[in-house]
Amino acid sequence: MTESVLIKLALLILFLPLIGFIVTLLFGKRIKWLYWFENSILILAFLLSAVLAYFKLTHFTDQTLISEFEWINLGSIPFVKSIIIDLGIMLDNITVLMILTVNIVSLLVHIFSVGYMKGDKRYNRYFSYLGIFTFSMLGIVLTHNLLMMYVFWELVGLSSYLLIGFWYEKKTASDAAKKAFIVNRIGDIGMFLGILTLFLTYNTFSFDKIFYQISTGNLPFGTEFGLTVAGVLLFCGAIGKSAQFPLHVWLPDAMEGPTPVSALIHAATMVAAGVYFMIRVFPILSGDALLVIATIGALSAFIPATIAVTQNDIKKVLAYSTISQLGYMIMAIGVGAYTFAFFHLVTHAFFKAGLFLGSGSVIHSMHHEQDMTKMGGLRKKMPLTYITFLVASLALSGIPFTSGFLSKDGILAGTFAFGSLTGYWYFAAVGFIVAFLTAFYMFRAIIMTFHGKPKNKEKFEHAKESSFVMAMPLVVLSALSLFFWYSLNPFNPNEGKLLSSWIKTPEISVPQSARYEFMKTDDKIINKENLEEVTYSNSYTEAIHHAHYPTLFTSASLALLGILFAFIFYQWKVFDPNKFAEKLKPIYLLSFNKWYFDEIYYASFVAGTIGLSKIISMFDNKFIDGIVNGSALFTKNFSAFTGKFDNVVVDGLVNMMAYISGMFGLFFRRFQTGKVQTYILFVVFSLIILLYIFR
Amino acid sequence: MINITLYHYLIVSSVLFCLGIFGVITRKNAIMVLMGIELILNAANINFVAFARYGNFGNSGQLAALFVIILAAAEAAIAMAIVLNIYKTFTNINIDEIDTLKD
Repeated sequence: MTESVLIKLALLILFLPLIGFIVTLLFGKRIKWLYWFENSILILAFLLSAVLAYFKLTHFTDQTLISEFEWINLGSIPFVKSIIIDLGIMLDNITVLMILTVNIVSLLVHIFSVGYMKGDKRYNRYFSYLGIFTFSMLGIVLTHNLLMMYVFWELVGLSSYLLIGFWYEKKTASDAAKKAFIVNRIGDIGMFLGILTLFLTYNTFSFDKIFYQISTGNLPFGTEFGLTVAGVLLFCGAIGKSAQFPLHVWLPDAMEGPTPVSALIHAATMVAAGVYFMIRVFPILSGDALLVIATIGALSAFIPATIAVTQNDIKKVLAYSTISQLGYMIMAIGVGAYTFAFFHLVTHAFFKAGLFLGSGSVIHSMHHEQDMTKMGGLRKKMPLTYITFLVASLALSGIPFTSGFLSKDGILAGTFAFGSLTGYWYFAAVGFIVAFLTAFYMFRAIIMTFHGKPKNKEKFEHAKESSFVMAMPLVVLSALSLFFWYSLNPFNPNEGKLLSSWIKTPEISVPQSARYEFMKTDDKIINKENLEEVTYSNSYTEAIHHAHYPTLFTSASLALLGILFAFIFYQWKVFDPNKFAEKLKPIYLLSFNKWYFDEIYYASFVAGTIGLSKIISMFDNKFIDGIVNGSALFTKNFSAFTGKFDNVVVDGLVNMMAYISGMFGLFFRRFQTGKVQTYILFVVFSLIILLYIFR
Repeated sequence: MINITLYHYLIVSSVLFCLGIFGVITRKNAIMVLMGIELILNAANINFVAFARYGNFGNSGQLAALFVIILAAAEAAIAMAIVLNIYKTFTNINIDEIDTLKD
């Protein structure tokens, strides 16, 4: 295995799903079994990505493989310098791990969909859409420049749009698709401005070149503020795509799509693209930008967690939980816990995909019933779904011996260390509160769905365990939610290969003065002998070391407390949750109505846009149309006038000339008698006259 | 005895010419008009011969006169044919009434 073979392998993995998409889309209507073609392509892509990851992680552990070619060379332009746009791919450890994650989840979702979507009239089309989504997502992961990142970014947006609105006959589904697309676009505008800001300064889109330029002290607009602005603008893309506050409103609505789609796109991969993008551009994020990112992340972790507590739709609970967990990752990036952000991204992809597919299994067997108040008691009917759902929920809640515990604990330790180093303690506080809420709402969902007595007897009788194609992905995903894949010590994530040798915090390119105090490298130089161990600085390493055990203990006990509360309220019914809600009515209503975000947005932005459109349309109708109609009227009148002028004056002149000619003609026709003799007479007399004259 | 000079010939020819013109202009019958034209041609012939006799031109005048006679014969043939066609079209050869040229 040489570098070029790895690059070719990566390109093959990238383009395989595209082939699947094209073939399935073009011939899917006629050839009914073509979805197996798409599925086998995914199996092949998964095997190849496993090979790729193995060789990259073992043979090229510390290398970043870049393959690029010159796409456009605009030559030297006056005032702009030369513009060369390169396209290319970059393979580092994060890339191959992400490829593997995407392909595993995508493959399992494909297999699950074979059972879930059975009987749908656009069966093959559904699989072709999954194909283009996988292709675009791999494009985001592999790219080494911002331009391709943006292109594939929009492509995942497109495939998300197509899949949310897959059942477009339903008004809510097509509305949700449009909402997702438009809300994402708002974030993408910011991202595009950020990309252009960097391009204007450095004339390149490539990550490595931009990082190098910044590390040499060449900043956008020459100021550190410019760098912060660029970072925050790039983050806008992540806000949209990762459904962060305040653009999180599209994700719960996106649950209108088929459930496996929610698992693949709106839980595991696409929404994580924002986090992945932040991980990619992490070296250029200045301290101020990181603080903005951490704040947005904390808000996005907290608000949806409070909403999820009162929702009754099982998919809505999971959707808000997804936003909340993505908020965790974004917050982790903001506080500098780079490795744990990526770690949580991977573990979350597996257990959240498992949760969504589990809910899909439940919804499928309940004949598309999503309301948890109508479920209950399904534990006995669907034992396999119950166990896998339980394992994934434990992982999400952060209970020890699960993957979620390892990654969430890492993030919490990061926020804790950040608090102790900078004094911003509220990130840690938010992290712990959300950990409690997460455990509470997940077990509330489990108890309402699987425990207790069935609320809807008829549907309960028909419910049965799902078939093999739907159960197998659940088992695989719940197995991937256990700790031993990532670290053999269930209490210390750093002992695993993943964090100890594969994922490393990159060198920060930002100038020293624009960094957080603890990220400055001068502290590092003092401790030369253990430089390998130090992430940013000695003080940070120490702080995170001290934070490890307190956070471990606190988060685990908070999660257990949350589970206990869920059991008290919903299983044993010591307190009636309805009476409790009655007592805390304002808070309950605030949470139940999703903090009125949709209403606020509807009243402000949507109504504002509509109002503005109305004013503009009025302006259009009255003013622009007035001008147009006025000029039309003027033209009409002017034409009438010129018509008159034409008829009277011009025609009069012409007719007068004709009349004069006619008069002359009438006079001269007298000489034209037609009689030869008259003519001869004229000739003779003329001759005589001429002879007289010229004599 | 009167000495006959060139002037006498010229007077005769001009009288002949005027008579021819008069005939062409005043006669109604197309045949009479043609006869007028013959008179004009013969007036020219007299001039040719007279100038040839009194001038120092050799025989060229007589030759020209011969050509004119031949020409007159040819002209008479064509003119008669035209008159015949006119008669076929208008059923008369009265030139006064044949004035469709003005239309």
